[in-house]
Amino acid sequence: MNLLEDIIVIDFSQFLSGPSAGLRLADMGAQVIKIEKPYVGDICRDLYVSDTMIHGESTIFHAINRNKQSYIADLKVAADLKKIKQLIAKADILIHNFRPGVMERLGLNYEVVRAVNPSIIYAAISGYGIEGPWKDLPGQDLLLQAASGMTWLTNDNNSMPTAMGVAVVDILAGAHLVQGILASLYQTSINGEGALVEVSMFESALDFQFEVLTCFLNDSNQLPVRSSVNNGHAYISAPYGIYKTCDGHIALAMGSIIVLSQLLKCSALEVYSDSTEWFSQRDEIKTILAEHLLTRTTAYWLSVLQPADIWCSDVMNYEQLVQQEGYKTLQMEQMVKTSNGLNILTTRCPIRVDGQILTSPKGAPLLGEHNKQIEEQFLIQ
Amino acid sequence: MKQLPLKGLTVLEFSQYLSGPSAGLRLADLGARVIKIERPKGGDACRRLAIKDLWADDGSSLLFHTINRNKESFAADLKNPDDLLLIKKLIQQADVVTHNFRPGVMDKVGLDYVSVKAINEKIIYAEVTGFGKTGPWKNRPGQDLLLQSMSGLVYTSGNENDNPIPFGIAIADIICGAHLVQGILAALIRRNKKGIGALIELSLLESLLDFQFELLTTYYASKQLPKRSAENNAHPLLSAPYGIYATTDGFIAIAMVNIRQLGVALDSNSLAAFSQEDTFSCRDQIKNMLSRHVAKKSSSHWIKKLHQKDIWAMEVLDWNKIKEHPAYKILEMEQTIITANGKEIITTRCPIRIDGERLFSGTPAPELGAHNKKIIEALELKTDA
Repeated sequence: MNLLEDIIVIDFSQFLSGPSAGLRLADMGAQVIKIEKPYVGDICRDLYVSDTMIHGESTIFHAINRNKQSYIADLKVAADLKKIKQLIAKADILIHNFRPGVMERLGLNYEVVRAVNPSIIYAAISGYGIEGPWKDLPGQDLLLQAASGMTWLTNDNNSMPTAMGVAVVDILAGAHLVQGILASLYQTSINGEGALVEVSMFESALDFQFEVLTCFLNDSNQLPVRSSVNNGHAYISAPYGIYKTCDGHIALAMGSIIVLSQLLKCSALEVYSDSTEWFSQRDEIKTILAEHLLTRTTAYWLSVLQPADIWCSDVMNYEQLVQQEGYKTLQMEQMVKTSNGLNILTTRCPIRVDGQILTSPKGAPLLGEHNKQIEEQFLIQ
Repeated sequence: MKQLPLKGLTVLEFSQYLSGPSAGLRLADLGARVIKIERPKGGDACRRLAIKDLWADDGSSLLFHTINRNKESFAADLKNPDDLLLIKKLIQQADVVTHNFRPGVMDKVGLDYVSVKAINEKIIYAEVTGFGKTGPWKNRPGQDLLLQSMSGLVYTSGNENDNPIPFGIAIADIICGAHLVQGILAALIRRNKKGIGALIELSLLESLLDFQFELLTTYYASKQLPKRSAENNAHPLLSAPYGIYATTDGFIAIAMVNIRQLGVALDSNSLAAFSQEDTFSCRDQIKNMLSRHVAKKSSSHWIKKLHQKDIWAMEVLDWNKIKEHPAYKILEMEQTIITANGKEIITTRCPIRIDGERLFSGTPAPELGAHNKKIIEALELKTDA
C-alpha cells in the first residue's frame, strides 16, 4: 500500500514552492487537488519560464503538477467558497503560498479552516515570514538567494556574487513544508488534533546555509572568502574544486595534498607538507594543481586516482549523463500522459519504498478537469 | 503545540557526515530522540572533519557540532558480538534506523534490512547511498562535489564560458537528507494506520536528479542542453533580465519581469524597445545592455525605482548586513548551544514553525559515547558481566 493512501490534500499554492510539496505528497500516495482560479489557474501554467513549450504550456508546469487533480473555484464568489469549505471539511491537509493576509481576506485563514475541520494540517509558505519589514516582499527564488547571503558562496572570489542555477530556495522550502506536514500528520494520527505548519523561504534559505552560517556566527563574523581558483566551497581546503584537463574536466573533493602530489607525480606540491597550509595556501596549491592537470586527459587522471580511492570524478552534462549505465540503472525517467493525450517524459519521485520505485502515469491536469469528479466523490453541493 | 510532533519516537542513527545526520537533526528538532551509534574509535568521521579549521572544545569540529546537536551518542563496535547484542536490543525498542554506509557494509555486520526487520518487524529502515545499490557506480564514494559534477548540476550556475561551477553548499547531501526525512515520516504515518514497517531508500544521485526535475524534463523534451547566458546568468532556462547586476556600490538581483515595464522603471528607452519575445532570443544582448545601464547608479537608487513599480528585485546582501537587518532579527533564527565543557556555540534553529511556535533546542552535540551508561541502564540492557 502507498504510504499516504487515503490522505486528501487541498492545494491552493502556485509556482514552485508549494506545488513541489504537493507533488511529493501525491507521489507518496495522497490525492492532491489543486484549487485554481477560473480561466487562468496556477500562474505557472503560462508564466513564460522556459521557451520549451508542450501544447502551449511550459514544460516546467507539467513537471511540477503531474499526478494531481484540478478543481476550479473563484474564492471571491460565495457559492464557490461554500463548496471549498465542504472540501476542506473532508481534507487532511491544506497548502497555500499566498502572501501574508491573502487567505485572511478570502476568509480561509487558519482559525476559520480549523473551525470547519479541527484535525486539518494547515500548511503555509511565505517569502519572509508573516512579520517584519519584508513580509510583503515577493517570495521569489533569486531574490531570496540575494537576500540570504547565499550568492557569496558559489563561483570564484574575483567573480560577481553568483546565484545557484536551480530554484533551490523554492525547492527546499517545499521540502521543509512536507517535513512539517508529515510530522504533524503523524501526531494527528495519534491524537486527532490538527496543526498549523509554517515555513518561509527566508528561513529555509538560512537553514540551507546552517553549516557555513554557524562558522560565520562563531568566527568573529568573518564573511566567506571564495577560493580564487576553481572554487568548490568557500570553507574547504585545496584541492576541493573542478579542474580543466586536456580533454575536459575532473572534480577533486577532500584529499591529502601529499598523497595527491605522489599519485599525480606533481613534485611542485611536495613542499605543502603541513596540512594547515592546504587551507591558508589554498589558491597557490590549486594554481599548481590546475596547471598540472591540464597536461593529461580526464580518463588518465581518473585511472591514477580512483584505484587509490581518492574522491574524484569526471564531469558530465545531461547528454553525457543519460547515456551512462550508472544513470540508466536508476530508472529515474518516467512517461506521463495528460487526459488530452500528451506524453511527457519526466523524472520520478526519488524515494524508494519497500524496494519499489514510485511512479505514476498521470500527467498534469487540464484546468478544472476534475470539478465534476471531485464534487461526486465528496458529495459537494 | 502541546508537545513536539515526533515526541516518543526513537531513531538510531548509524549515519555519518551530512546526508543521514542532517535528517537525524530534523527529526530531533521535531521531537524524536535521536541516538547516534558511533565507532568507539573516533566515532562519526565528521568529528574530525573541520571546515575553515574551526573546532569546538572537545576535539570535535564545529561542523560536527552544527549537524549533531540535539542528539545522544552510543559508542559500539559492530564487529564485537557483545556490542552487537546491545545494538540489537536497542533496535527492538527503536522506531527508525538510518545509515549511509556504502552498499554491503550493513549486510556484513548483520544489520541489513532483512535482519533488522527480523528483530523489529515494525522498524522504519532508512538508508542513503551515493548512486543506488545496482550499476557500475554503486561503490563510488558518495561525496557531494562528485555528485554535483556527475549529475549535470555544475552546468547551471556561472556564465556560458565559465568552467563547470558547483554550488558552494553541499546540496546533494542536504536535499537527500530532506528526502530521507519525508520518506521516514510518511512510513511512520502508514505504520500507525496499518501496523507495518518499511524500507526507505534514497541515493544522492536520485535526489540530485529530482532536484533538477524542471531542467531535466525540459531537456528530455527539447534535447537541448541548458544554456547559461554569456553574462549575469542566474538560471539557464530563464529569459532576460533574470540575474544579478553590479551597481556603483554593490549588486542587485532582478527576477522575472516584463521587459517593457523594466525599461520604463529604469528610465531606459532602449530596454523598453524590446518585446517580451526578445527576452529569450536576445537574452545576452538585453542582459549586456542592462548591466551597463545598472552600473551607472547605486543599488538603493535602482531598488527604490523597481519596488515602486512592484518589480521583482532585491539588493544582494552579505551576512553582516543581513545580521543587522530587522527582517532577519525578527525571525529569531539563531540559538545558543552550550557544549558539555561550557563553550557557547551560536547556530541556526529548525526552519519549520508548528502552531505558530519556533522550534528551539539548547541540547548540544554529544561527546562520543556520552550516553552509553544512561541508555544501557534505562533500557535495562546488561552485557554478560
